[in-house]
Amino acid sequence: MRILVVEDDLEAQRYLVQGLKESGHVVDEAADGETGLNLALSRSYDVAVIDRMLPGLDGLRVVAEMREHGNSTPVLFLSALSEVDDRVKGLKAGGDDYLTKPYAFVELLARIDALMRRRMPAGIKTRLDVGDLELDLLTRAAKRSGTDIELQPREFRLLEYLMRHAGQVVTRTMLLESVWEYHFDPQTNVIDVHISRLRAKIDKGFEAPLLHTVRGAGYMIRAH
Amino acid sequence: MRTKPPSLLQTQAFRIVLVYVLLFAFSVTALLFFTYWNTRRTLDDQTDQIVEAEITGLSEEYRHFGLPGLVETVRARALHQGQALYLLGDGLHHVVAGNLEFWPQVSETAAAMVEFDYDRPVNGKLEARRARGRVLAIPGDFQLLVAEDVHDRYLTERMFTTTLPWTVVLILILGTAGGALIGRNMLRRLDAINRTSGEIIAGDLTRRVPLAGSGDELDVLSENLNRMLDRIERLMKGLREVTDSVAHDLRTPLNRLRNRLEESAARLNASGALKNEMMAGEIERAIAETDQLIGTFNALLLIAETDAGTTRAAMSALDLREVAADVVELYEPLAEEKRVALTRLPSTPVVIEGNRSLIAQALANLVDNAIKYTPAGGKVRIQAAATAEGIDLSVADSGPGIPAADRPRVVERFVRLEASRNSPGTGLGLSLVAAVAHFHNAELVLEDNLPIGLKAILRFPHTAIRLPASIKSAAE
Repeated sequence: MRILVVEDDLEAQRYLVQGLKESGHVVDEAADGETGLNLALSRSYDVAVIDRMLPGLDGLRVVAEMREHGNSTPVLFLSALSEVDDRVKGLKAGGDDYLTKPYAFVELLARIDALMRRRMPAGIKTRLDVGDLELDLLTRAAKRSGTDIELQPREFRLLEYLMRHAGQVVTRTMLLESVWEYHFDPQTNVIDVHISRLRAKIDKGFEAPLLHTVRGAGYMIRAH
Repeated sequence: MRTKPPSLLQTQAFRIVLVYVLLFAFSVTALLFFTYWNTRRTLDDQTDQIVEAEITGLSEEYRHFGLPGLVETVRARALHQGQALYLLGDGLHHVVAGNLEFWPQVSETAAAMVEFDYDRPVNGKLEARRARGRVLAIPGDFQLLVAEDVHDRYLTERMFTTTLPWTVVLILILGTAGGALIGRNMLRRLDAINRTSGEIIAGDLTRRVPLAGSGDELDVLSENLNRMLDRIERLMKGLREVTDSVAHDLRTPLNRLRNRLEESAARLNASGALKNEMMAGEIERAIAETDQLIGTFNALLLIAETDAGTTRAAMSALDLREVAADVVELYEPLAEEKRVALTRLPSTPVVIEGNRSLIAQALANLVDNAIKYTPAGGKVRIQAAATAEGIDLSVADSGPGIPAADRPRVVERFVRLEASRNSPGTGLGLSLVAAVAHFHNAELVLEDNLPIGLKAILRFPHTAIRLPASIKSAAE
């Protein structure tokens, strides 16, 4: 996958580029808004990671210009600014996701994966499968190895999100943002408790667990 | 929040005019009474002098010519139907001489001046008139009444006493109407100032108070307010810049620190020796510490930003009941794990204008605290309801509560009570709730939950309510 990184803090840029390359992505980098915009418009990328505050052309302006030129590359904003107002501004300007610094690299990677996945033409799915676990989106029924699993509405959405991102790391913040549609910091890790409940329902009594905890990052559902 | 605009009766201008009108009416009444009293005294003095002169003349007559002379003179004088009245009566009030037909309602011993009514034929009809005079006792049980007709004065006096109350009423009506007019004019201009202030309080610092252009006191006041606002706007902008650069300049190194730690952990993991594994554990703990530092830093920034309340970008119509339901749903498994019954009391929809994330964050902090401090088997109840005091989003627990004396302190930043010193937390949870409350012009009320525990209430003002019409327009 081709990723554009526009970041003026060179140390952070180096780290970001190296990490992404190690994860198997092809990365172009720019240290200011204008170079970044030129790259974004002249080459094709799967995702652009853009710092919110850039010398010259500001991050918000870069994305606004990109959108004006009909460029729909998914954009993830990185911001060291304060949050309440800025997040809204970033998403309004055409950003697809927003991550506040300091971030964990796994969080960034998980979000980039999610943005790429969103872009791929998935078609309209009515059924999701991971190993012997199946989720019928029409009847809202879950089965594992043919056995019915009873899920609460929220558990269903949680499982649906995990299964749509099967094989990808999904972070706790991503779950709170997508499944609960809230962006805040729950002081205790409430998401973990929800996951362990879900895990009890889908993995208990089965030999091979599907729902895995990725240390220091989040969760992943995958068939082994 | 906008306080209710004052009604006309509450305006200072109207009150001042009203007080003035009352004082004016009182002075006018006093003045008129003094004039009346003085005039009447003068007129009565004149009458009294005339009567005394007559009495002196008639006594003289009696001394020289005796009773027959007096009768003669009285008869002669009584022939002139003028202002002067005479009546000589005997002990049984029979008229001996004079121009009155009956002895009027006057005591025969009235040696001082008295006023009385008498009848006088006018155009063949008897007319009741008023007179003033006195009685002179004549030896032989006769009485001589000498008086002056004062009916004209009497009429004037009556006219005066009936008109006076109306005059006062008229002064009051006109004065009040004038006061209302001035008050309303004043009110209109003050209302413009208040409306602007309200918008500024709501976060729009670019607004300025309109000037009438007349250069009067209100204009001077408005100008001063505007100058003050310029200054506040500059200060707020400065504060925002400082917050932003603190955020930027601290987050960038924190970001690098976390990146480096992650990088080292990854490298150690890759080489995979036993000794390295212990190192990796150390680094992981360092990352966790860093994350806690970042969490505290983020909470502080959020508090600073929310407290400043200069941002309105993320306001929308939201149903507090739904936020409550979401938070309950989010924390329910955690509560169950701690064997605390977390429930939401039913209520009708409570739609207000606010920031969904911030309110959810505040409620989550309250619920998190409640679950943390409620012992197993306890209860935590959440309710969103409109009450007489405001729109309450409340979290009631059956934990140990907070002593009343400590309540004002716990919302301060980094304050943690002795009892909770050893449990995890940054000491910023309630400060953030208070900041979110402040941001929404709401209030964080901590009170006793009966029979046991703490009840934390986020009390929004009634003005935060969104009417159905405005919700519709917001959705469009």
